Amino acid sequence: MAEGDFLALLGPSGCGKSTLLRMIAGLIEPSAGRLDWGRDARREIGFVFQEPTLMPWATALRNVALPLELGGMPRREAERRAAEWLARVELAGFEDAYPRALSGGMRMRVSIARALVTRPRLLLMDEPFAALDEITRFRLNDDLLKLWQAERFTAVFVTHSTFESVFLAERILVMSPRPGRVAAELHVPAGDRATPEFRTSAAYAAHCRAVSQALGRAMAA
Amino acid sequence: MSLALRVLAPLLVGLAVLGGWEWGVRHYEVPPYILPGPALIAQTLWSDWATLAPSLLVTLEITFAALLVAATLGLALAILFAQSRVIEMSLFPYAVVLQVTPIVAIAPLIIVWADNLMLALLICAWIVAFFPVLSNTTQGLNSVDPNLRDLFRLYRASRWQVLWRLQLPGALPYFLAGLRISGGLSLIGAIVAEFVAGTGGASSGLASRILEAGYQLQIPRMFAALVLVSGLGIVIFGALTLLSYLLLRRWHDAR
Repeated sequence: MAEGDFLALLGPSGCGKSTLLRMIAGLIEPSAGRLDWGRDARREIGFVFQEPTLMPWATALRNVALPLELGGMPRREAERRAAEWLARVELAGFEDAYPRALSGGMRMRVSIARALVTRPRLLLMDEPFAALDEITRFRLNDDLLKLWQAERFTAVFVTHSTFESVFLAERILVMSPRPGRVAAELHVPAGDRATPEFRTSAAYAAHCRAVSQALGRAMAA
Repeated sequence: MSLALRVLAPLLVGLAVLGGWEWGVRHYEVPPYILPGPALIAQTLWSDWATLAPSLLVTLEITFAALLVAATLGLALAILFAQSRVIEMSLFPYAVVLQVTPIVAIAPLIIVWADNLMLALLICAWIVAFFPVLSNTTQGLNSVDPNLRDLFRLYRASRWQVLWRLQLPGALPYFLAGLRISGGLSLIGAIVAEFVAGTGGASSGLASRILEAGYQLQIPRMFAALVLVSGLGIVIFGALTLLSYLLLRRWHDAR
């Protein structure tokens, strides 16, 4: 995949999407074969888990500052940047809130801010919005897209929602279950996404239908 | 439930029991060497305060020293266990052995071996008290959210960073819960050990006051000493509960 792409991995549970993501992150080793890195981009990775995965004993600010501090940045500087990123995910004013005081959507925003605070070139997301209600999910989709357009990191987004994949990604890889293989690859041109009200446009509906059919074939195969 | 009710309800029960006790003792004219009434016990507590207070202090010292050592050593051992599965597997069974051995049975040995009685009492109290801290903290250090552990791995956190920023804060509620149990146990350990040591005149904690009063049939004084022991236990439990509340209130749900 090319730099700056937004790629979605779409497939049923158990097809190995999350496993693939963890392999990319280096959290698990592939049992055979290898991952091909064009250039040495390996260490600039951000990861957003299915759950917000925040430290309950730390404030939102301290949670976001964590990756920087683990990398050895002085606390003051790390917290300054963490505050900036909290503002960018629209959580300015919640710096001192503990995770239990935040809603599910807000926790996920903190988690995204934490993944982006190191300015990674690659952002991996493992069904990050699966547990959220649809309204919150749409808003987070919008905001994630805005962040991606501003920052142009490469994004790999695992999901099992057809609609989410079409809304977010330029390239969609449809995976088949057991054994997990890439069954189809679809493209959503940037021009289509630029249309106002993309989510209710005819183009969006057409792409969703195409992806849905590809998924159906992958499941049947 | 409102706070007033939570305080008031047990208080009323206590007062009713004490009132019934006092009435029963007076009505049936029970002699004080069989069962003294609460009023007489309170009076004895006041009049014998000069003898009881130093004993209270001795028991308090042993209990606190034992709790401190139990907390420190329990925490240190738990950290060691969390560093290596092999160390944990090799040593944990012996911690269990120490825990299940009745302290009354080994206290005489410890008293013989340690040349200083205070030290012997301290060791006995420690043996009784240290296990909850050790086992709770070990469990806390090992029950870190696996995703958070992966996150730390992703950012190449050192072992020290994982321990200090992830495992220890996560284990704090477990440690404090263990400490609350250990607080009561160290008091029991101190009292039991002193009972075993007997009243050779050498020891001077609350247990020897209880024994002494029993031999001399000064039952009101015995009850007064008992009241002090229970009171001490309640104060220790209350203090540790408060400590745990203050440390956890901002982020932890269970209080």
